[in-house]
Amino acid sequence: MSAVSSTGSEAAMIRCQGLTKVFGSGPAATEALELSGRGVGRTEIQERTGVTLAVHDVSFDVRPGELFVVMGLSGSGKSTLVRLLNRLIEPSGGTIEIDGRALGGLDDAELRELRNRRMSMVFQHFALLPHRTVRQNAEYGLQIRGGAEADRREKGEWALEQVGLADRAEALPGELSGGMQQRVGLARALASDTDVLLMDEPYSALDPLIRRDMQALLLRLQRELNKTVVFITHDLNEAMLLGDRILLLKDGRLVQVGTGPEILAAPADDYVADFVADVDRTRVLTAADVIHQPRLTAHLDDNPADLLRRLGEAESTAAYVLDDEGRVLGVVHDDWLALAQATRTREITRESLTDDYLTTGADRPLIDILQQVGRHPVPLAVVDDERKLLGVVPRAAVLAALATPSRS
Amino acid sequence: MPRIELGSYVEDFITWLLRAIPGVLDAISAVVTAITDALTLALTGPPFWIWIPVLALAALLVRGVGLAVYTLLAFLLISSLDLWAETMETLAVVLVAAVIATAVGVPLGIWAARKRAASAVLRPILDFMQTTPVFVYLIPAVFFFGIGAVPGVVATTIFAIPPAVRLTELGIRGVDPEVVEAAHAFGAHPRQILREVQLPMALPSIMAGINQVIMLALSMVVVAGLAGAGGLGTVVVSAVTQLDIAAGFEGGLAVVLLAIFLDRITAGLAQRPLTGYWTKLRNRQSAPATARPATEPTPAAAPAAG
Ligand SMILES: Nc1ncnc2c1ncn2[C@@H]1O[C@H](COP(=O)(O)OP(=O)(O)O)[C@@H](O)[C@H]1O
Ligand SMILES: [Mg+2]
Repeated sequence: MSAVSSTGSEAAMIRCQGLTKVFGSGPAATEALELSGRGVGRTEIQERTGVTLAVHDVSFDVRPGELFVVMGLSGSGKSTLVRLLNRLIEPSGGTIEIDGRALGGLDDAELRELRNRRMSMVFQHFALLPHRTVRQNAEYGLQIRGGAEADRREKGEWALEQVGLADRAEALPGELSGGMQQRVGLARALASDTDVLLMDEPYSALDPLIRRDMQALLLRLQRELNKTVVFITHDLNEAMLLGDRILLLKDGRLVQVGTGPEILAAPADDYVADFVADVDRTRVLTAADVIHQPRLTAHLDDNPADLLRRLGEAESTAAYVLDDEGRVLGVVHDDWLALAQATRTREITRESLTDDYLTTGADRPLIDILQQVGRHPVPLAVVDDERKLLGVVPRAAVLAALATPSRS
Repeated sequence: MPRIELGSYVEDFITWLLRAIPGVLDAISAVVTAITDALTLALTGPPFWIWIPVLALAALLVRGVGLAVYTLLAFLLISSLDLWAETMETLAVVLVAAVIATAVGVPLGIWAARKRAASAVLRPILDFMQTTPVFVYLIPAVFFFGIGAVPGVVATTIFAIPPAVRLTELGIRGVDPEVVEAAHAFGAHPRQILREVQLPMALPSIMAGINQVIMLALSMVVVAGLAGAGGLGTVVVSAVTQLDIAAGFEGGLAVVLLAIFLDRITAGLAQRPLTGYWTKLRNRQSAPATARPATEPTPAAAPAAG
């Protein structure tokens, strides 16, 4: 059922242009829009007109299958923005297209049809029907859609299995913990089998350990089901862990869009820089906290053919070469090894080693090494004062560490 | 300061109304009489030793053993006071009035919950209805419907409507807005949302409103005795006019016993989850479905749970 993008990389699942929402109506709202157009800030607009400019002139595309995170502080307009996407809140200005279809022109019945078949939503406080069982809640979207009872049941069952709640189908939501209730919320969204999933701070009400489970669950489902997800959070770590791309919102305005590392590496302005700086763990955690055993290291007297095979097994293209003391001499690449195998060379020569790697000390904070990880075929090397290899830092380890809730 | 003849204006209006709509009044009168008579017949026809166990069983299912025992003793006492027939007549009037008041009040409450303007219009009217002394309701009722059960039912009904409206509105407005939003987000029609989300979630509040409707109706029914509505009202009214302390006490006691019964039953219905035997029976039926090992989905057992 999922939409195959026919127009190549240009196709966006969700496309927003100049999205604006003013809470209030009449001349005050018009005046607010006009002030905002001239770049007047939200607080001043509120003082002068008395209306709230919740979202102002936000444009972005979400690609099919992308996990798109919207992040901002409380009151920055995240909930409003995500509700504009399915017109739970009517936009004051701007356009929204879902899979090429403009939302603005739909009448009530068409809008209900679109909400039911194309998008589903997960809520911060779960928003389950307390008088219905877990199963009935999971089947809710399908029940509204109508159709065969057996089909509804099958899909509901499948969705509950996806979130690991098949055995609690007859329980009432009130009998479940918060984390489990949100699993039901997720199952309800999955059962409808929609392309788009909107999630408004779905994990903010959960405690950290449960939150981590739920994040892992979402990443797994996202890999398997390839939904287009708009995920709202106020937690930068969560954004970094989950987001293919992140949109930063401040006072209703878009500040920056980019991948997590892009934003960390090049904050668009001081606000973002502060935000990034606020993530203590990037300063507190050091390379030693994210160090891994290297998958594979080589010595000069290793057989190239042998090493090439081991490289293949490790799904890698290059390896560190160490001397007898464990000091890093350089990096050997698979193409040289292949050549050596062809010419029956028995040993790795010093001349063959390259220096396309980076090293860091074990006590360096993550903020310093963020830009160094993932730049080369070999992971960042952690070395001691004598250049002895202590371990390596893959990029994934750094990102995972950033998203790990701190244990105080 | 000139005297404003407000009272006589209202009187003129009512006299005009009386002349303008005799057909409607007759129709209302006929319907109310028919329903009340039928219910009275059903309640007073079978002897007390049939009805008392039935009422006790209802109490057991809705609330539990305690209320069942109370029901048994209270109604036995009433019948030994020779007030069984009067009590059942009163119960019939209360039930008819409560059903009509609920049928009018709940939709008004829904309307008020959905439209701010409706709420703004209804609120002062309800305030007026609730603060008007109960006797005042009797005057137009007698005017329109003469003496007998009908003015009693009509006055009682009108008097009992406000809590149904108020608590329905309150209940619906109190439904978690995020849940209503979720229903919208999954494409539900407003009608579906009302039926499947708002009304079920407002049910405890609506049931509390119905409980108040019944209690108000019961309190009015004694006053309606003045209009010759029959039942315990007549017993109490004639005891008062004859200064018969014994009869007055017995009649009053019967009203109180009936009131406690009705209050506990409807309060029991308002409670979530229900505490009575009904729930226990239901749980026992659905228990095997949840207790079964989780390897196989159990579609066969599910209808019993739903
Ligand atoms: N229904 C509403 N009426 C008026 N103002 C609102 C309404 N909803 C949100 N706002 C205001 O809009 C701004 C953005 O709110 P919201 O989108 O909920 O932010 P977030 O989800 O990022 O915390 C806030 O200043 C909030 O007070
Ligand atoms: Mg929010």
